[in-house]
Amino acid sequence: MSINWFKYSSPQTFFPLAGTLAAFFGTLAALACAVGLYIGFFVAPTDAQQGESYRIIFIHVPAAWMSMFLYVVMAFWAGVGLAFNTRLSGMMASAIAPTGALFTFIALWTGSLWGKPTWGTWWVWDARLTSELILLFLYFGFMALQAAIDDPRRADKAGALLALVGVVNVPIIYFSVKWWNTLHQGASVSLSKSPTMATTMLTAMLIMTFGFWFYGIAAVLLRARCIVLERERGSEWTTKYLRAAA
Amino acid sequence: MIAALRCVIFRDLLLAARRNSDVLTVVLFFVIVVSLFPLGIGPDPKLLRTVGPGVLWVAALLASMLALGRVFAADHADGTLEQMMLGATPLGVIVAAKVFAHWLVTGLPLVLISPVLALQFDLPRELLGVLVLSLALGTPVLSLIGAIGAALTLGLRGAGALLALLVLPLYVPVLVIGAGAAEAAATGLGGNAQLLLLAAMLIIAAAFAPWATAAALRISVE
Repeated sequence: MSINWFKYSSPQTFFPLAGTLAAFFGTLAALACAVGLYIGFFVAPTDAQQGESYRIIFIHVPAAWMSMFLYVVMAFWAGVGLAFNTRLSGMMASAIAPTGALFTFIALWTGSLWGKPTWGTWWVWDARLTSELILLFLYFGFMALQAAIDDPRRADKAGALLALVGVVNVPIIYFSVKWWNTLHQGASVSLSKSPTMATTMLTAMLIMTFGFWFYGIAAVLLRARCIVLERERGSEWTTKYLRAAA
Repeated sequence: MIAALRCVIFRDLLLAARRNSDVLTVVLFFVIVVSLFPLGIGPDPKLLRTVGPGVLWVAALLASMLALGRVFAADHADGTLEQMMLGATPLGVIVAAKVFAHWLVTGLPLVLISPVLALQFDLPRELLGVLVLSLALGTPVLSLIGAIGAALTLGLRGAGALLALLVLPLYVPVLVIGAGAAEAAATGLGGNAQLLLLAAMLIIAAAFAPWATAAALRISVE
């Protein structure tokens, strides 16, 4: 039996699947965030140097990871959309952008809340902070370009090209810490050597990362459903769906 | 292909020569923005010496961005662009020629006038060479990257502000390294590393940007 890889690339079959998956991942996200925050705030020990203020990393680091990861995912769907000319890929890319921008903003905001007690300043023009800020501008640029174009097909393609051009920026963010290492501490978590943080802290952070990840999936799928409904309005199945829902 | 390249460059230069006020506007914008900074931050020579290279770079970046809207707009309006797309010459080649001509008209004058403005900021004479060289290597990168944004926003409402939003974040590495070259030279490190990085960026941008711009033009003109 051959697998039809493109079965769910049709908006009509994708729509109910996205609904089920969004509910599933939304529940998982709520659970993971509850467990992660509990461990982070009540179980993990106080840091010897930074005191309680370090606990913001349970939100800051997962948000920063997600902000970069989502940009790559967005560029991936953008590339798929350009290569295969599938409608749904463009919808996925535009559904990802607001969630990515949200995580970027959270990473910047919590970072400055952490920087004030630790570094003594809200903001420094460090390489990583600056590249995260640029990432936020890239998300805004993507959304603004799509909003300015009325024809959804052209909006998808133009946004896709911009996302692919911008994705060059994401590795620069990731490696900037090695290239221009200034004030921001190096990465504490790596796959190749043992982590330099307590196990409970690491556990909480990883659980929070999965929580944010699942939240991202659920939010993106819900937004994609809305975009599908909006773009496919007037077709038979959406009319039927909307009439049943009303 | 070489003939087409030469033809497009010559044509665009001729058009610019016939409408030379467009060129002057960009240069004047550059001069005025640079002159505004001492008025805003005070005439202290020590302060001006430190901020000088950065101010010149930011002003050059804004000036070259201001001119971007015109790379394709006129050809798009009168239908020439569509004929160029239909023609036998690869669109990427035509784009490369147009961007090069655009840089000759809007980027090169900025590079040539920058030493005079640098003297207003009391920059030492040894620095001028590095500054001019960094601008000479950096402004073509700005034109190449900017052309992608110009192609994407072709014919959109509010294209000017949108273009800035799309293109300015992508300009950041060029700005950081370009302004860093003069800074490194000022501290006695020499700006060679930064200049080489700028040259590398120029090569990469020259190889890929015309291709991406051509794809963007095909999306915009359908």
